[in-house]
Amino acid sequence: MFATEFEYQRATSVSEAIQLLSNNPGAKILAGGHSLLPMMKLRLTSIPMLIDIGGINELRGISVENNILRIGALTTHAEIAESYDVKDNAGILWETAYGIGDPQVRNRGTIGGNISHADPASDLPTVLKVMDAKFTIQGTGGLMRGGSRVVSADDFFIGPFETDLGENEILTAIEMPVLMANQHAEYAKMAHPATSFAVVGAGVVLTVEDDVCTAARVAVGGFTPVPTRGLTVEQALIGKVLNEENIASATILIHGDLGSDVFGDVFASAEYRQAMAAIELKHAIFHATGLAHHN
Amino acid sequence: MNIQLTVNGKAQEKEVDARLLLVHFLRDDLGLTGTKIGCDTSQCGACVVSMDGKTIKSCTCLAVQANGSDITTIEGVAPDGVLDPVQEAFWDNHGLQCGYCTAGMIITTVELLKKNPNPSDDEVREGLKGNICRCTGYQNIVKSVQAAAKVNRS
Repeated sequence: MFATEFEYQRATSVSEAIQLLSNNPGAKILAGGHSLLPMMKLRLTSIPMLIDIGGINELRGISVENNILRIGALTTHAEIAESYDVKDNAGILWETAYGIGDPQVRNRGTIGGNISHADPASDLPTVLKVMDAKFTIQGTGGLMRGGSRVVSADDFFIGPFETDLGENEILTAIEMPVLMANQHAEYAKMAHPATSFAVVGAGVVLTVEDDVCTAARVAVGGFTPVPTRGLTVEQALIGKVLNEENIASATILIHGDLGSDVFGDVFASAEYRQAMAAIELKHAIFHATGLAHHN
Repeated sequence: MNIQLTVNGKAQEKEVDARLLLVHFLRDDLGLTGTKIGCDTSQCGACVVSMDGKTIKSCTCLAVQANGSDITTIEGVAPDGVLDPVQEAFWDNHGLQCGYCTAGMIITTVELLKKNPNPSDDEVREGLKGNICRCTGYQNIVKSVQAAAKVNRS
């Protein structure tokens, strides 16, 4: 299958890429291409110009400084899944990256491309939301702060395939606080058997002191327009001992957080996914706290 | 667009359309038809080639994105006609039936065993997750990979 004809430009720096975006209305950034190229081949979209940022090495890399894990936008899922910096400081992200697609997809797909594409069935938006990630965006216009601005994962995702990224902006880096010894994080997903995409995904980051949950961030995704924070679940967990009974009564509250905009398809209906959200959330907390295994 | 790359150790330079996929470049421009097109949607793995030592699906990579890279296709696995231990193992263990997935399976296996010379069966299956065999000959494929791993280690 061939995409419709397009112009192709290779950018050698972020500023050059932004310049090309600004001068060519409708142009899109090409990173690993594992979301964009299939859409173009299937003629779901037609794009007049691709700006390939694949050669911009400043956008790659993983580092930890001052308890902040920083991942360049062009870092591949495979590089994240093979990184000890990620494994030691954000195990939830490390495991999630390993669960994406298959080895070949992980070798090409990038974290920045995944987030910018904002597929509701993707795992990373849910995980980055519970990890309280911040995204660095560079551009020429908008809220200028030395040419770049920072948006939290909570504000970045607007709808299916829709983000806060402006026409002439590029996501350059993802930053998140490293997990502390008293923080427990897990992502549990019911994966589509063919595509590995999330039918229902649930992420949790829990802070536990003397067996009591003192802070919580939970979110579910895969079947809502954007990952949905379980704010009432979080409130119900805080101040409680994380035992089976308290976890069960808190996670069931996710139904109230979800609202009515819930997706279903021939594989799994909206009602089913809604019901499974509480279950996957429970699994995530069980795994995070080492309470139990799910079968 | 002008692209320059190395394919199976040989330097290549061609003018290509921006929308030309790497798999079509390999098959149609270079005549390397060992790489197959299966699903054409990056799921089946029939088109897997190695790019700079990493396996990729060549149906989901533009030829222009491969500029400057070093590609190995199935034709490059046994350049002088002597089969690689992985190919030998697939032959000996009936690791192929119709053969359509085999080029991708072999390329993936070669890279898999470089990274993990002594994989468990589960690790082999996980490593071959992106390669589908529609004859469903997975038992013998896993057996073949393990046989090749054993030969490589000895």
